[in-house]
Amino acid sequence: MTTNNESSTSNGQERDPKMNADQGVKTNSLSAVANARGEKKVGSNPMGSGLEARGVHAWFGKHHALSNVTLDFFSGTVTALIGPSGCGKSTFIRTLNRMHEFIPTAAFAGEVLLDGKDVYEKGTDVTKIRLQIGMVFQKPNPFPSMTIGENVLSGLHLSQIKMGKAEKEELLESCLVRAGLWNEVKDRLSAHGGSLSGGQQQRLCIARSLAVNPKVLLMDEPCSALDPGSTLRIEETISQLSSTMTIVIVTHNMQQAARVSDYTGFFLSDGGPGELIETGPTAQIFSRPRDQRTENYVSGRFG
Amino acid sequence: MSTVNAQLPAPSRPWEKTPREVLPTVVILFLSLLTVAAIVELTALKGKLPYFLLFLPIGTAAQFLWARYKYGMKAAKDVVASSIMMTGAVAVFIPVVSIVGTTFVKGLPGLSLSIFTNDMSQASFMDPQGSGGLIHALVGTLFLILISVAISVPMGVLTALYLTEIRGPGSRFIEFMVQAMSGVPSVIAGLFIFSAVILTTPLDTSGFVAALALSILMIPTVTRASQEVLLLIPNDLREAGLAMGATQWRTVAMIVVPAAKSGLITASILGVARIAGETAPLLFTVGGADKLNTNPVFGVQSALPFYIWSGFRIGTDEAVQRSWSAILVLLIIVLILFTIARVVGSRSKGAK
Repeated sequence: MTTNNESSTSNGQERDPKMNADQGVKTNSLSAVANARGEKKVGSNPMGSGLEARGVHAWFGKHHALSNVTLDFFSGTVTALIGPSGCGKSTFIRTLNRMHEFIPTAAFAGEVLLDGKDVYEKGTDVTKIRLQIGMVFQKPNPFPSMTIGENVLSGLHLSQIKMGKAEKEELLESCLVRAGLWNEVKDRLSAHGGSLSGGQQQRLCIARSLAVNPKVLLMDEPCSALDPGSTLRIEETISQLSSTMTIVIVTHNMQQAARVSDYTGFFLSDGGPGELIETGPTAQIFSRPRDQRTENYVSGRFG
Repeated sequence: MSTVNAQLPAPSRPWEKTPREVLPTVVILFLSLLTVAAIVELTALKGKLPYFLLFLPIGTAAQFLWARYKYGMKAAKDVVASSIMMTGAVAVFIPVVSIVGTTFVKGLPGLSLSIFTNDMSQASFMDPQGSGGLIHALVGTLFLILISVAISVPMGVLTALYLTEIRGPGSRFIEFMVQAMSGVPSVIAGLFIFSAVILTTPLDTSGFVAALALSILMIPTVTRASQEVLLLIPNDLREAGLAMGATQWRTVAMIVVPAAKSGLITASILGVARIAGETAPLLFTVGGADKLNTNPVFGVQSALPFYIWSGFRIGTDEAVQRSWSAILVLLIIVLILFTIARVVGSRSKGAK
């Protein structure tokens, strides 16, 4: 496969053809895509700390779902988590903003440090944690009883943040602009969220999470229910947002991981609990993974 | 042939049956009806019921044979299934029409403006129509419904929220108790309030005390219906709220309840429907006044079911006529309340 085949899937991304040409050993289409965006950004971004997971384990009842995951997320970068179904990716990101505990049988061990402070520490205000670590779900879920505008600003009301009317309008616009939805909905902010298409609804959900100004945005397969066009729009939104925040995206689509992420973590469960097999700059994971299992997965040999 | 000048095809509905295809069915059903009529006329069977009971098997069988001849076995089985379902729907519909129709036919003659302005304090049930009226019972019923709703809807909905959202300690037990409560015979509810409130507290028979008895019946209905509605709200929405830094209470109040609103209104309507016509609990609790009393807390009141029951108990033509009119009034009131609830529910959902 040549790198040119990829040009259609890497729309909207800056790419450096020279870099692709330089790829030697295991050039495949994914690594080419990853390289095209990867190196520049990672190189210029100092290893700023944002969110760190330390030895995270998760259980559902007696079922050990996730074992000993240690992973750093750097601010201003996008980290993609890839791996086959049931390997604990979603479980892992749900431990990061403490959504894991809503499953009645859930149990947890380890530390999740947000700016150096463990979010699982006793006495932590969990609602404050979730304000700082936003989440976008697999299925677009705008609040059905609210209009588009109310949906975006719902975070303020939900977390009881007071704000003036002018400020609210400003925030509404800026969130929708950042989510890439403003031009499509600016004339019908009082329409219901459900009247939008699936892709628009998902961007509305992104705008909604942006309104409370999170430092981290977790995205749990945000494009898996969307068509390629909407997926592309969301990916563009992700790369625009990534300059100002830490983004963690779970995806089954390796092309997508290669396109949008700076770092990639590969999860795998071989019957037992899910584990983080390998992590590193996306370009490296897709071109010269250290682990054989990673290579098998990214080259499409299983999963 | 150029595509530029191609005519736009006329919109059609090729999946619909043409009159030609429908005609045999109509003929078959008509012939079946004639057969049934012949059987009923020529044998000892009499009345309307045989028509219904015979038309079902004969009509179904005739359609089955025709469909089998024309379209094959698969279609014939389908015809039988739809025929049975159709019969079920009609079997439910006939009593409803019959009840409403009978009520209108029997109630209308006694309906006049004067029954909405007079009470029975100056008249007796045996007096001719035109003297006395049911305003005292009408006002009593409105108060009963109002107070019962004020007590039961908040309690029922909050209980349902506890059971579905908080799932706190004792949920199982509460759920079991609610189920048990919904099986309580209504007369027991009346007796309970009579012995627990009227005999032991300064409160005497009144509209408020009667509403307490009705609430015992209404709370489980509202709770169970609300619970069903709340369970239908996708968990995604709750998680979306919680993931945005909301407390559980804010999530429930701002997302779950608004999303379930129209269902919760339906639940409340079901509750009202459960109690609007209840007579038994009122016998011990409402007092059975024949004078208009607009104070639901002090002094005896009446209610339409109580009034209806009194009229039928006396049993003279005049008294029974009064009861039928009261039934009609009760039916209309319940209908008006349901319509209001529906309109209020759908308007605030669509417009805001």
